[in-house]
Amino acid sequence: MTIPREHYLQAVFPTPFHARTSAANTLNAWHRWRDYTVADAYFDVGLEYTALRNACTVFDLSPMTKHLITGPDALAYMNRLVTRDVAKLKPGRVGYTVWCDDAGQVVDDGTIFHLRDHVYRLCSQERQLDWLHGSAPGFDVSIQEETHDVAALALQGPTSCAVLKRLGLAGIETLTPFGIRGYAFEGGELTVSRTGFTGDLGYELWIDPELAVALWDRLFDVGQQVGLKPMGTFALEMSRIEAGFIQAGVDFLPADRAIRAERTRSPFELDLAWLVDFAKGPFTGRRALLAEKARGSRHRLVRLDVEGNKPAKDAFIYDRRRKNVGVVTSALWSPAAKSNIALASVEMPHGAPGDELWAEIYYQKELKWSRLMARCTVVEGPFYSPARRRAVPAADC
Amino acid sequence: MTRYDVIVIGAGHNGLTTAAFLAKSGLKALVLERKPWIGGAAVSRELHPGWIYSNCSYVCSLLRPEIYRGLDLARHGLQVAPYGGGVTFTRDGDYIGGYPDKDVRRREYARHNERDADAYLRYSRDTMRQCRFIRSLLMRTPPDPASLRLRDLRELAHLGREFVKLGPTTMGDTIRFYSMSIADYLNEYFESDLVKAHHAGSGIIGTALGVHSPGTAYVLLHHYMGDVDGQVGSWGFARGGMGAVSNALAGALRAAGGEIRADAPVARILARDGRVNGVVLQNGDELYSDIVISSLDPKRTFLKLLDAGDLDADVVRKAREFRIRGSSGKLNIALDGLPSFPALGAGHPLVAGDMHFLDTLERFERAYDDWKAGTWSKDPYLDLLIPSLTDPTMTPPGKHYMSVFVQYVPRELAGRDWTDADRTAFRETVFDQIARYSPDFRSLVLHAEVRTPQELENEVGLTEGNIFQGELTFDQLFFNRPFPGYAQYRGPLRGMYLCGSATHPGGGVMAAPGANAAREVLRDLRRPAIVPQGWSDD
Amino acid sequence: MTEAGRIVIVGGGHNGLVCAAYLARAGRKVLVLEAADRVGGAAVTREFAPGFLVSAPAHLLYGFDAAIERELRLAKHGLGYARRGLRTVAPGDAGALILDGADVVAGEVSAADRAALVEYVQRQRRFAAVLARQNGRVPTPWNLARFALDIRCLGRAGMRELLRVGTMNLHDLLEDRFESAALKGALALDGVLGAKLGPRSGQTFFTSLQRADAHSLPRGGMGAVTGALAIAARAAGAEIRVASPVASFVVSSGRVSGVALESGEEIAADAVVSNLDPKSTYLRLLGARHLDAEFARRVQHFRTDGCVAKLHLALDGLPEFRGVPADALGERLIVAPDCGYVDAAFDPAKYREFSPQPVLEITLPSIHDPALAPAGRHVLSAIVQYAPYDLAGGWDEGRKGLFDATLAVLERHAPGLRSRIIAAELLAPPDLEREFRITGGHWHHGELALDQFMMLRPVPGAAQYAAPVDGLYSCGAGCHPGGGVMGNAGRNAARVVLAALRRAPAGGAA
Repeated sequence: MTIPREHYLQAVFPTPFHARTSAANTLNAWHRWRDYTVADAYFDVGLEYTALRNACTVFDLSPMTKHLITGPDALAYMNRLVTRDVAKLKPGRVGYTVWCDDAGQVVDDGTIFHLRDHVYRLCSQERQLDWLHGSAPGFDVSIQEETHDVAALALQGPTSCAVLKRLGLAGIETLTPFGIRGYAFEGGELTVSRTGFTGDLGYELWIDPELAVALWDRLFDVGQQVGLKPMGTFALEMSRIEAGFIQAGVDFLPADRAIRAERTRSPFELDLAWLVDFAKGPFTGRRALLAEKARGSRHRLVRLDVEGNKPAKDAFIYDRRRKNVGVVTSALWSPAAKSNIALASVEMPHGAPGDELWAEIYYQKELKWSRLMARCTVVEGPFYSPARRRAVPAADC
Repeated sequence: MTRYDVIVIGAGHNGLTTAAFLAKSGLKALVLERKPWIGGAAVSRELHPGWIYSNCSYVCSLLRPEIYRGLDLARHGLQVAPYGGGVTFTRDGDYIGGYPDKDVRRREYARHNERDADAYLRYSRDTMRQCRFIRSLLMRTPPDPASLRLRDLRELAHLGREFVKLGPTTMGDTIRFYSMSIADYLNEYFESDLVKAHHAGSGIIGTALGVHSPGTAYVLLHHYMGDVDGQVGSWGFARGGMGAVSNALAGALRAAGGEIRADAPVARILARDGRVNGVVLQNGDELYSDIVISSLDPKRTFLKLLDAGDLDADVVRKAREFRIRGSSGKLNIALDGLPSFPALGAGHPLVAGDMHFLDTLERFERAYDDWKAGTWSKDPYLDLLIPSLTDPTMTPPGKHYMSVFVQYVPRELAGRDWTDADRTAFRETVFDQIARYSPDFRSLVLHAEVRTPQELENEVGLTEGNIFQGELTFDQLFFNRPFPGYAQYRGPLRGMYLCGSATHPGGGVMAAPGANAAREVLRDLRRPAIVPQGWSDD
Repeated sequence: MTEAGRIVIVGGGHNGLVCAAYLARAGRKVLVLEAADRVGGAAVTREFAPGFLVSAPAHLLYGFDAAIERELRLAKHGLGYARRGLRTVAPGDAGALILDGADVVAGEVSAADRAALVEYVQRQRRFAAVLARQNGRVPTPWNLARFALDIRCLGRAGMRELLRVGTMNLHDLLEDRFESAALKGALALDGVLGAKLGPRSGQTFFTSLQRADAHSLPRGGMGAVTGALAIAARAAGAEIRVASPVASFVVSSGRVSGVALESGEEIAADAVVSNLDPKSTYLRLLGARHLDAEFARRVQHFRTDGCVAKLHLALDGLPEFRGVPADALGERLIVAPDCGYVDAAFDPAKYREFSPQPVLEITLPSIHDPALAPAGRHVLSAIVQYAPYDLAGGWDEGRKGLFDATLAVLERHAPGLRSRIIAAELLAPPDLEREFRITGGHWHHGELALDQFMMLRPVPGAAQYAAPVDGLYSCGAGCHPGGGVMGNAGRNAARVVLAALRRAPAGGAA
């Protein structure tokens, strides 16, 4: 993308869907997602969330940072970059991963799309071009940021497959979780991946920005009957916590942005040990992670079921002797799980299943502030994970 | 015979700060100023009717907020207005803008080099790590590493703690940072020469070193470690010019019962039997005090105000070898209107920030070569600002004030003093560079004050016109400032103290040296510690 | 072929040989692989014209660790000296300035300057001694504490002085203390030789400490040093193979398990020790892909661009240098008439140009060591600065220009020298890179500055000789304490390798 000298006159860009998202945004509620504005909410956060879990929603994902990595060494490069074994990721498959700095601290998390041989798309929360280029010497690869070149929508919810079916995507119900498939769309290509950030049945749609509005319109043409609604970031945030997903800058500090030492976390400390493959060969952080494995980690990410119904946002976590051992990074009352849930980072050895932990919660009703100590139970696995999320063929009606 | 608890020599911002804190503590404090006006290099003067110039220092960021608050400077009229951005023009008609918005800035960098746009985040992170470290040391007295006194050991322990807190990677990087050149430092992040040049100025402002000289990376911190209302690295204008800083400090001093005597040049510090007992003015008046605090640089203090006979030969030698070189000049210009910068276009927001015209590191280095050869840079580094865009009170309505800092300008031209013809030629060099990017600039000039290091030396009393009261290289920093053994604000005579920018943490309108010196005086007098230490930065 | 317990040392430079000798003496099976046809690396004696031998690129021995000389019994293995304690001689029309350590032997130098010189040299030696002690230690945190203690032991004044002047530039220090331009020029030269720094550059005081030791000429040239080291290594049981360039390290299951030669042969090893410069070691033979990304980036930024050229002249007789008595011709001759001259020589290097009037350090070793040249003839060896590696316009064009500029300077100080030249060669940094296989052609394997010193050399994570990949170690000048023919890096590395092998016995992987 060539940037005009006068780019400063428009500090924040509309996304390729803006013509439609702005028309749909009855609340006129927006926030900034780096270069773009996206909707906080369109009509009502609670109802948008309900639409997601009950029917389906679209979320404008276009500002997500995307990189295209190509070249003969693309696989070797990806394998040295990230912690998991990319060789096991076949063309047409997506894998969630993290990547670490030399000290084994998580730089960012994201998804790798193995589009075809020697071609990968890496989606990440943060800007990564400097890190990706910094990892490239010694590899014959080309790395391009393509954030502005690819428009994206997350279509999520129990009826999402039905929407795509009605759109005419033949056989979409057979697409397995983390699968990718391409379809022709209005003279261009629509790439569909069965991925998402909601922990529900859902897809992500990737398309040329020129065709973005047409895609939106077609989706709503066919989706009305199965309850399709637009969804903003607030409702998405609810669903991702329910799914137990972590977010850079919220649940962990990206290691390459950290100014203070010891504020970062390793994959082990984020409950992501399953992403670390020591057997695959060298990758950045491997040595440090091996040492951490031998020595033991300093922190642990835990999923907590908090007693009562007061969300434990930003709460300090205490052990049974009322010693501060951690802090809640994300929390809410989960409508789907009907429980008061939280993600927290606690110091080792705290946070083992069955461990007694307490959250110090401040809340207010009609400007009266109260403090309460709520007992927390460590939960294993996601708070909410419906069977439809994994079902193949996906429910298509 | 008049007797004071403390006498402070020099009513610059540090002298006033020291005196204000001591007066606040209940001491009878007197500040003696050579000039009819106060402020030293933090001064606003009206040299062209209707225009207020920040004649010397011109922007504000380093002034420690602990002091701002501790001396109630807001109540005494000081208001700092932040400005955004900065721009470096290229010779081919383009520019790179340091927009305050981080996404716009990233895009602007990406316009020139996509990788550098993201590398900037790494650069900011690493520079901020260094800022955090040094900020924890600004409002403290440096330890003497050769001493075994409890106080020094305690400060050493603090230093060690802060250092270890950096973590192993940053510890190594810190040592590198203090010994590298700004060019090498920038090379570790950026590819584009323009992006490097855009950042290089901060490594050499006020410094008699080139961008390739080891030690210049550190100087960068003196342009990043300040803050305006917690925004680290932000810069602002003192409303009414930099004299507003001095006036507010003087207000605080007077409110606490202190006294300032202007037009009262000190001839000598009186000393007997290894301790000071007052000063004698040039008019012969003798003023007595057991405590004399000099805000002047060590050359003036030790070589002019004191008798060599009162001092150790070693101290005299160290004062003589103290490195303080004039390397900067300044133009203050009254403008009939706002000059245009065609590369930017009308109404561009970056006009309100600082503007620079060197677009390669080579031009920086060649500018330094001119200085080495004993002349001003023929293609100088300018830090150009139009403060009246942010603070309209400085000029009549619709008119403007332009402040142009110039690097490099020597104190002497190949061994001789400046003449009026030199000053004119120097002004023309600067005008030429500005006019290349602003064709209507010359036609708008109503008046220009030309300040070479010679004026700075003669008017402000900074030896050789060095704006930092001494070079900011490691051999003159922290426990080496001004020299080893005397970095704890105490002089070689009992009752004598130093409080100027020649002491830790150095130059820039920080006032930290003044505050730290006051803290040491109070400590020696066993009075309550009313001088704030640094706020925790966690 | 595999042989359990073997250590392969890649590169038979002086540090590689020192390392080999110590490892072999400790009972290890050691194989040294040298790419060239003979050992020695950058400390060799080579024939650059028929019958004319010269030490290249290093031509003077200083700072060589006496402990190594003693422990490896190098004298017994053939190391002798043609001349020790060379004086420094600066030619001049009004008579040469001749310095012998702190003594001014000849030259118009005021009494004040003579006194200042004594004080100056004493300070240099005191501080250099502290550094020399540290040179013999692996830069671990513990040894850093010992270093701090050594500084503390300089006494209050000495400690303060070291902490002050340690980062200073020579120009200011010399201007403060000396009057004589020739003296200042001579002293300034010691801070800039081998460095991409001018006398006004910070840290030149620190770099000058490397030169505080006396300079010697080994009999038979610098090749005699490495020759003796090779004999010592072999005597201890090490095997040395020349003409065996290594193409890459063999990495299996995350550790370096051997080397692959350019011939295709693979040699297994329990430990591989690289005497090569860090960029060759990590980026070329190992490959960035085996390294963590930030580490690899740091290695890439290790400053390795050489700024020194080497001039070799075969002469049909002894030249005459202005003002230099005949009996002083065999000393260390320098062309650095004053600080300003050195600074002016440096300035073009900042813009990727060579010095139009270079500074020179000249030796005529055949005066003391007649075997180096045919009877009656002589060899002139000169270090020529500044010659930036990345010369604008390239060295194919530039070599001739620098050669002419150098000869013009020589001719001015030694009229008639040009007519005595039988053969000549000028090795620019790319030539040194090619011939001696040093990235950037930097004789220290990388700029020897405070930001690349001790636990920062070459980069954190590899400064204690062990690479961040198991089974790989470094022993070259790219590690602490850096370049010059000192041997400390080889000896320190041997200690680290032995300790590591003791922890994880042969064949064991960590």
